[in-house]
Amino acid sequence: MKEAKTALEMYRMMQLIRRFEEEAARAYSLGKIGGFLHLYIGQEAIAVGAAHALEATDSVVTTYRDHGIALARGMTSNAGMAELFGKVTGCSKGLGGSMHFFDKEHRMYGGHGIIGSHLPLAAGIAFASKYTGDGGVTMVFYGDGAASIGATHEGMSLAALWKLPIVFVCENNQYSMGTSLERSISVTDMSTKADAYGMAKDRFVAEDVFEVRDRLKVAIERARRGEGPTLVEILTYRYRGHSMSDPAKYRTKEEVEDHKRRDALNRLRADLDASTDTRAAAEALDASVEAEVAESIRFADASPEPTADLLEATTYVGEFAR
Amino acid sequence: MTQMNMVQAINDALRFEMQRDDRIVVLGEDVGKVGGVFRVTAGLYDEFGDDRVIDTPLSEGGIIGAAIGMALYGLKPVPEIQFSDFIFPAYDQIVSELAKFRYRSGGEFPCPMVIRTPVGGGIRGGHYHSQSPEAQFIHVAGLKVVCPATPADAKGLLLSALRDPDPVMFFEPKRIYRAAKGEVPEGDYTVPIGKANVARQGEHVTLVTWGAMLYESLDAANKVQAEGVNVEIIDLRTLWPLDIDTVVASVKKTGRVVVVHEAPKTCGLGGEIVALINEKAFLYLEAPPKRVCGFDTPFPYTLENEYLPLSHRIVPALLETARY
Ligand SMILES: Cc1ncc(C[n+]2csc(CCOP(=O)(O)OP(=O)(O)O)c2C)c(N)n1
Ligand SMILES: [Mg+2]
Repeated sequence: MKEAKTALEMYRMMQLIRRFEEEAARAYSLGKIGGFLHLYIGQEAIAVGAAHALEATDSVVTTYRDHGIALARGMTSNAGMAELFGKVTGCSKGLGGSMHFFDKEHRMYGGHGIIGSHLPLAAGIAFASKYTGDGGVTMVFYGDGAASIGATHEGMSLAALWKLPIVFVCENNQYSMGTSLERSISVTDMSTKADAYGMAKDRFVAEDVFEVRDRLKVAIERARRGEGPTLVEILTYRYRGHSMSDPAKYRTKEEVEDHKRRDALNRLRADLDASTDTRAAAEALDASVEAEVAESIRFADASPEPTADLLEATTYVGEFAR
Repeated sequence: MTQMNMVQAINDALRFEMQRDDRIVVLGEDVGKVGGVFRVTAGLYDEFGDDRVIDTPLSEGGIIGAAIGMALYGLKPVPEIQFSDFIFPAYDQIVSELAKFRYRSGGEFPCPMVIRTPVGGGIRGGHYHSQSPEAQFIHVAGLKVVCPATPADAKGLLLSALRDPDPVMFFEPKRIYRAAKGEVPEGDYTVPIGKANVARQGEHVTLVTWGAMLYESLDAANKVQAEGVNVEIIDLRTLWPLDIDTVVASVKKTGRVVVVHEAPKTCGLGGEIVALINEKAFLYLEAPPKRVCGFDTPFPYTLENEYLPLSHRIVPALLETARY
């Protein structure tokens, strides 16, 4: 198999994201995770392909569906799971939860819960790396639903005008909560938004993680050469409801099954299974993923909650009047 | 009378008025086919069709901006903002356009509409599914602000809001959407905007609150009753225009006041209430007014029960105020 070592690395990460989230879903149903939990299951090839296309010195910004890219960039399962459990050992001290994964070390500038608001700030990050000349590229992920809100376009407009080193990745999973794509936007080819800003564009289906990596790399290199932003639309599908509380009655079982049949993780695994060496290696990786996820649950369970004295100290530096 | 929860009562009011007035149009994210994430608009799409119950794209500024245009042209839009935490992309439309339209056009273009939106904590939603921004809309002249705490008030105030000549922000405390149940009058039933309700009679301390914290306040009042402190609770129901007369009459009787709200303390509505009490009943006060509120921090994912002014935080404030 081509690039067997990379294939195994990518497989491990995709499997880790999926198993991490399946266990998170279980913890949610046990009440250990509260509020909102948006799962990325089905879309893993995008985060993992992207992480393999980017350099460690590049930056990422994403939506609230943020577990996948956080793990793919290198956040530990422990820090992620503890955040979901609201524990002080979590990546955001347990103060944020599922939608607020941040990881400075891995240049992951956040999960963002207000739709679209993170695109202008991604443009600002890209501006700063251009300004400092550090050669970094920023990749910002957003959903198809986010294409209808103003901030998304303000971010693109600035990035194109200033020829910033940025890649806009529209993860088009064809639903914005319960509203399907064709009910929420007049032009369903999301990549055409690039034309309005004179940006380069690309569009493809996320069935093969290598293809995701390679096509994103083209956009990243374009940005790195100083040739400005690209909008890449990647067609994908979330297998679960919008969040844990969504029974997803707005779509048919057949539709979901149809997408599951074209699952990128299964496809990669089938490729690995085709040779005995890589098959054995993949099985060993499965075991290590299970151990890692189990450990993250144990770690999150055992960790303490944050204490109230953290709240103000995290809001401002220093004392303020009251 | 029918037993209903808040969701049912609001749904009932919308349906009743939509049958009566075909200028009413409901719009928002997933309000139609899905019936709203909290199911508040359930059934309206089937009954009134997609002309009148509109699933919009994810576009708060667009939703409110378009609703303003509809209102200017004579419709009665009822936009839903899925969580009040998501209202800020539309804040410009609300503050710069909606609130000022009547004034800006010399009274020629009123802009009646009701913006419905769930508010407050209690579902472990963290920063973006828990906030209480009501005071931020009161600080903008031109908006009325309502926040019911019981199903009957929810229905009665919503019907009043739908008939009001000015824009009304209608905050629905999501924590008690299903938990608060009660008798709701059938058919046409209104509760006047601008009138508070004395939810509990008492003579030692006045407690002013609204929304979901009414129930925490009642719980706290029952607890301190055992210690001989008799609390009068005022449920404001309408936050603006504020029924300060009802508050002041109570404070003149008790001489002591505690305000309870979920929003951060600083520049919250509690501050304005205390200032008005000082202006109107200063010489009657026998203890410094107290506020039991959210902290001056973002709303945390964990520590929600510390952040919120729940009964365990209200009780000591009542005792301290009563014994001052
Ligand atoms: C400004 C704003 N409005 C509404 C919401 C509520 N909301 C959260 S996710 C979502 C749908 C987003 O769909 P999409 O952008 O396609 O991303 P996906 O969930 O499919 O990953 C909505 C309406 C929000 N978080 N922020
Ligand atoms: Mg989507």
